Amino acid sequence: MELLAFGKSGWGDELFYATLMTIAVSVTAMLIGFFFALIFTPSKLSKYKFFNLIGNFYTTVIRGVPELLVIYLFFFGGSGAIMYVASIFGYYEYIEINAFITGSIAIGIISGAYSTEVFRGAIQSIDKGQFEAAKVLGINKFTQFYKIILPQMLRLAIPNLSNVWQITLKDTSLISVTGLVEIMRQSYIAAGSTRDPLLFYSFAAVLYLMLTYLSMKIINRLEIKYSRGY
Amino acid sequence: MDFDLMFTSLPKLLGATLVTLKLLSASLFFGLIVGLLFAILRLKKNIFINKFAYGYSYLFRGTPLLVQIFIIYFGLGQIEYLRSTFLWVILKEPYWCAIIAFTLNTGAYTSEILRSAFQTIKPGIVEAGKSLGISNKIIFYKIQIPIAIRQSLPAYGNEIILMMKGTSLASTVTLMDLTGVAKYIISTTFKPIEVFIVAGGIYLFMTFIIHNVIKFLEKKYSFNN
Repeated sequence: MELLAFGKSGWGDELFYATLMTIAVSVTAMLIGFFFALIFTPSKLSKYKFFNLIGNFYTTVIRGVPELLVIYLFFFGGSGAIMYVASIFGYYEYIEINAFITGSIAIGIISGAYSTEVFRGAIQSIDKGQFEAAKVLGINKFTQFYKIILPQMLRLAIPNLSNVWQITLKDTSLISVTGLVEIMRQSYIAAGSTRDPLLFYSFAAVLYLMLTYLSMKIINRLEIKYSRGY
Repeated sequence: MDFDLMFTSLPKLLGATLVTLKLLSASLFFGLIVGLLFAILRLKKNIFINKFAYGYSYLFRGTPLLVQIFIIYFGLGQIEYLRSTFLWVILKEPYWCAIIAFTLNTGAYTSEILRSAFQTIKPGIVEAGKSLGISNKIIFYKIQIPIAIRQSLPAYGNEIILMMKGTSLASTVTLMDLTGVAKYIISTTFKPIEVFIVAGGIYLFMTFIIHNVIKFLEKKYSFNN
């Protein structure tokens, strides 16, 4: 138990900050995922075959390839790609990207593929009449989306988005292979230096369980909020 | 784009695919047994058995697979007592540790899938069987299980694909599966995109096959064929 104490003797404070890091990466990745979903959902629902193809390619590839492989691609290929882009603009110095940014983008792209599928399903299950009614009332496309479609869509999407959040949260453990100090990496360091892997990995499991439990509680509240009137 | 590398790495990656497939089939086989067992426990009325089965699935679904592998591979070896038993023969091998972790993980998800499949079976069907004088055992094996299989096929198909992706974590405990070899080639050649295309292509091909097999089975087991 002393090993988990706060302060210099124990690993409590390190693990606490690592937990905050896990939360930060998960939230950032989830937001990046929403950004991708915002691009690819309309693309999947578009009238044009070409956009459909791009959207389907994204979700199929990302959901069919292991997360770890995607992370390795970004970890090893990320700075190379940035340097290539920079070289076009005449910058040839070595650029190293921060592990937090690479990790969040890699997990974000994965989470985005799942979010895209959730949003697509939610939009498709909204009654066609809603779109037509908005059109008839002369509401423009932007207001139609934000004031009519989105609120109805969220009610249908939240239970599934909660699954995406759980997947994203658990996927962040994989970023530990790139050296970002989140729960898994910190436990690995602590286990290595104290030779007590059982304690630290079990504690990591407890931390993840706490995070999933807390997020479930919060999401349940959101669900109630968005299903008012049903 | 380095096409030579893509060609030379293909045989190595295909060889590693065999390891991935072995891990996948072993963990799915044992996982199905564990899943069925816990699904049955979940349906029992005894509150302790019920809570125990729920706790198992909650624990394994609420933590990342990576933590589970690390606890089994690095953590269990720390217990002195285990080292003296026959279990140590199994637990010192990363291959078996990975299979144990995957089995317990997929077992937890499978138990949830099967439980909800059993619960969607209408009570009338079981009652009809009973009123025809069919024994409880036969009702379970010949009526409930076939219906549950059909109900759970789409969800179980997703679980197979998730598990296939999960086997990539075996590379973190020194196993050279498809992802492990891909990482090795990337880190020696620094050509991530080429290797990603080949390895990702193999994974996508496997996903494609699994997806179609499940689709075929769904059609086969559906009511109106």
